[in-house]
Amino acid sequence: MTPLLAQAGLTQGVTVALVLSAALFTIGLIGFLVRRNMILMFLCTELMLQAASIAFIAFGRMREDTGGQTFVIFILTVAAAEAALALGLVVLLYRRRETLSAEAWQELHE
Amino acid sequence: MTFAASMLAHSLTLAPGGGGDAAHASLADAPIVAATADPSLAWMGWVLALPAISAVLCALCAAFRVKNKLPAICTVLALGSAFALVLKLYLARGPGAAPVTVHLWDWMNFGWGGGPWKSFQADVSLYIDSLTLLWMLFVTGLGTLIALYASEYMEAERGPGYARFFFGVSVFLLAMSALVMADNLVLLYFGWEGVGLASYLLIGFYYRKPSAVAAAKKAFIMNRVGDLGLAVGIWLIWVNYGTVEFGALFQAFDDAARGVGGWDRSLIPFCLMLGAFGKSAQLPLFTWLPDAMEGPTPVSALIHAATMVTAGVYLIARMQPLFSLHPDAMATVGWIGALTALLAATIGMAQYDIKRVFAYSTISQLGYMFMGLGVGTAFGAAYHVFTHAFFKALLFLTAGAVMHGFAGQLDLRHLSGLRRVPGFRIVSWTMLIGCLWLSAFPYSAGFFSKDLILVQAMSSPRFQMLGWIGLGTAALTAYYTFRVWFRVCAGPVAYAPGDEDHGHDDPAHDAHGHAAHGDDAHGHDDHGGAFHPHAPRLAINSVLLLICAGAILAGVPGIQALRGEQNWVQEMVSNSSAVRAAGVDHVTEPVAFGMDPHKLVTVFGTGACLGGIAIALWIHLLDRRMADRLRTALLSNGLTRWLPTSMENKWYVDELYHALFRLPAWVTSHLLHFFDRHFIDGLLVNGLGRVPVAMGRLFQPLYNGALQGYAGTMAGGLVLVLAWVAWKWLGATGGAA
Repeated sequence: MTPLLAQAGLTQGVTVALVLSAALFTIGLIGFLVRRNMILMFLCTELMLQAASIAFIAFGRMREDTGGQTFVIFILTVAAAEAALALGLVVLLYRRRETLSAEAWQELHE
Repeated sequence: MTFAASMLAHSLTLAPGGGGDAAHASLADAPIVAATADPSLAWMGWVLALPAISAVLCALCAAFRVKNKLPAICTVLALGSAFALVLKLYLARGPGAAPVTVHLWDWMNFGWGGGPWKSFQADVSLYIDSLTLLWMLFVTGLGTLIALYASEYMEAERGPGYARFFFGVSVFLLAMSALVMADNLVLLYFGWEGVGLASYLLIGFYYRKPSAVAAAKKAFIMNRVGDLGLAVGIWLIWVNYGTVEFGALFQAFDDAARGVGGWDRSLIPFCLMLGAFGKSAQLPLFTWLPDAMEGPTPVSALIHAATMVTAGVYLIARMQPLFSLHPDAMATVGWIGALTALLAATIGMAQYDIKRVFAYSTISQLGYMFMGLGVGTAFGAAYHVFTHAFFKALLFLTAGAVMHGFAGQLDLRHLSGLRRVPGFRIVSWTMLIGCLWLSAFPYSAGFFSKDLILVQAMSSPRFQMLGWIGLGTAALTAYYTFRVWFRVCAGPVAYAPGDEDHGHDDPAHDAHGHAAHGDDAHGHDDHGGAFHPHAPRLAINSVLLLICAGAILAGVPGIQALRGEQNWVQEMVSNSSAVRAAGVDHVTEPVAFGMDPHKLVTVFGTGACLGGIAIALWIHLLDRRMADRLRTALLSNGLTRWLPTSMENKWYVDELYHALFRLPAWVTSHLLHFFDRHFIDGLLVNGLGRVPVAMGRLFQPLYNGALQGYAGTMAGGLVLVLAWVAWKWLGATGGAA
C-alpha cells in the first residue's frame, strides 16, 4: 500500500488528512441517508462539505499551492450563507406541517 | 349589296400602290435606324413618375380613410398629364422620327471586360420610336378616360376600396408605360410582371367574392406559365447575342442574319411567343381572360381589352427583327392567332353573359393581331391594336354602364329594348357604334384594320388558309356581336335586375344613389318597390362619347390608305423595329375566284359582316324564339348535339386543363401531404419526440419524492464510479509494479 501511495505523491500527513476527510464524508452520507429529521440531514450535508474542505487543504498542501486554502475560505463563506437560508427554510417548512420529518414533503415530486 | 361591295373593292385596290406597303417591302432589307441618345428628353421620365406619384397618393388616401373622390381626381390628373406629355412628344417629333433613347438612371450596369457577353447593362432608360409612341398614346389616353369613367362607376365603393381601385389603376399605368417605353428586355420584363400584378389585384378587387379570387389566381398563375417562357427567352437572348438593350440587339440580329445559329437560337422566338400568348390570352393560355371579367368593368375595359392584353402583340412587333430570322416562328404565330380567333368566336356565339361575349371577342380579335404579325404585316397588327383599343374599350364601358344601371344584370336573355329606357340612349347608340366597328362594318375603323391583315394573308400562298379562317371568323364575329346588340338594345322594353347586393330596397344604396344625383334620373319613384334602372350620369356618358369619337377617328388612317395617302399609323410603325416583318408584297394578280386579294377580302369580308348581322337580326330581333328553336333542334338531334353543348361549355378547355394539370397536381399534392403528415411529421418529427417521453416514463418511478432515495441513488452511483476508477487505477499500477 505504502509504495502505491508514495508513487501517487502522497506523504504521511496528507494521507492522514485524506482518511479523516473520507471518514467525515462517510459519516455525513450515512447520517443523511439514515435520518429523517431535516435539521439533522442538513447538519450531515455540512459534514460532507467540511470533509471536502479538508480534502482541499490536504491536496493544497501536497501540491504546495494556496489554491486549496483559498477554496476553503469560499466554501466556509458559502456554507455560512447557505446555513442561514437552509435553516430559514426548515423553520418555514416546520410551520406548515408541524413536523421536521422530510417524509412530510414527499408529495412535492408531483 | 353586291354593287356596294364591288365599289368598295374597286376603291380599295388603290390602296397598295400609294400605301406604305411598298415602302414596307423596301425597308425590310434596310438596316434599322440606330437609336441616338437624347438627354434633352429626360422629362419623359415624368410619364413614369406621374402614375407612381398617383399610386402613392391613392395609398395615402386609403391609409387616411378618405371618403371623397380624391383618389379618382389624383389618378385622372396624373394620367391626363402623362397623356399630355406623350402628346407633346408626339407633336414635337412627328410620326416618323428616328428612334431615340433617354437614359434616366443606372439600374444594372456591370462589366468584366467590355462589349457583348462581357458586360450586362439594363438601365432605367427609355427607347422611344414610333411604335412606342403609338402604344403610349392610346395607353395613356384611354387610361385617363377610363379612370374618369371609373370615378362614377366605382362610387359605391367610396372609402378605402375606392382608393385601392385607383391605386391598382395607377400601378397598372406605371408598369404598362415601363413595358412599352423600356429600352431593354429586363425593364420590359419588369413592366410585364407589373401589369400582371396590377391585373391580379384588380381582378380580385371584390375579394370577398370567391369567384373573383379564383379568377385572379387563375389569371396570375396562367400568366406565370407564359412569363417563364419570356424569362427563358430573355436569358437565351443574352446568351446568344450578349446584350439585352434593344439598340444593340437589333444590330446583333442584323449580324445574326448572316450567320448560323444553334438550336437554342431558334428556340428564342418560341420562348418569347409563349410569353406573348400568355399575356395576350392566345391558345393554349387563353382561359384566364374570360374569368378575368370578375373584376370591375373599367378594369376589364382598360386592362383586359384595350391595353394590357396587347402587350404580347407589342413584344412580337418590337422583336420583329428577331422573328423575321425565323420563318417557322412567324408561321406559328400566324396559325395560333387564326385558330384562337376562330375558337374564341365560336365560344362567344354561345355565351349569355355580355361581358363574356366581349371577352371572347377580345381573344378573337387578339388572334387577328397575331395572325397579322405572323403573316408579316406588323402595320396591320398595330393598326388593329389601335382601332380595337377604342371600340373594345367602348363596348366594355357600355356593358359596364348597363351592369351599373341594372344592379349587375349582364344576362342578355334578361335585358331588352334598352335604347328606349330613359337615360340609356347614349349607351345604346355608342354600343351600336362599337358593335359595327367590331364586326368590321364597311368603312369603319375595324374594317380597315382587319382588311390589312386579311389581304396580307391572302397575298401569300402559304398563308391563304389563314385568310379564309379569318373571313369565316369575321362572319361569326358579326353574328355574336349583333346578337348582343339586338337582344339588349333593340326590341320591346323588358328587363330584370341583377342580384348585386346594392339593390334599390337597400337603404345604403338609396343614400348613395338618390342623394348623389337627385331626381333627374329617377323620374318614376312613384312605382313604389319596383326596380328602377340607374341611368349613367355625366362622367360615364361623356367618356362614352369621347371614346366613340376616338373610335370613329381611328378609321381616318384607313380612309387615307384608301385614298393612297401616307397615313399616320403607317408612318408611326414604319420607322420602328416593327417594319422588319418578313412579309411579301401585296399581290395584284388574282388569287381566288378571279379576284386579287384586296377585292377578295373586301367582297367576302363585307359579305361575312352583313350576313352575320342579317342572321342575328333575324333570329335575335325579328323572331326571337327562332334562336331557342334552333338550339332545341340542334340539341334533339344526336348528330349535332355536340355543337351547342361544346360551344356553351367553351369546348371543354377548362375541363381539359383540369384533367391534364389540376387533377395530377391535386393528386400529387395529396400524396405528398400524406407523406409529409405520416412520414416526416409522424415518424421523424413526432417519433423522435416520443423517445425522450418514453424514456421519461421508464425512469419516472425513481423520482418518488423521498430525499433519502435520491441521496442513496447518488451515493450508489458515486460508489460505482469510484469502484471503477479504483479498479482501473489499481489494475494499471499493479501491472506496472
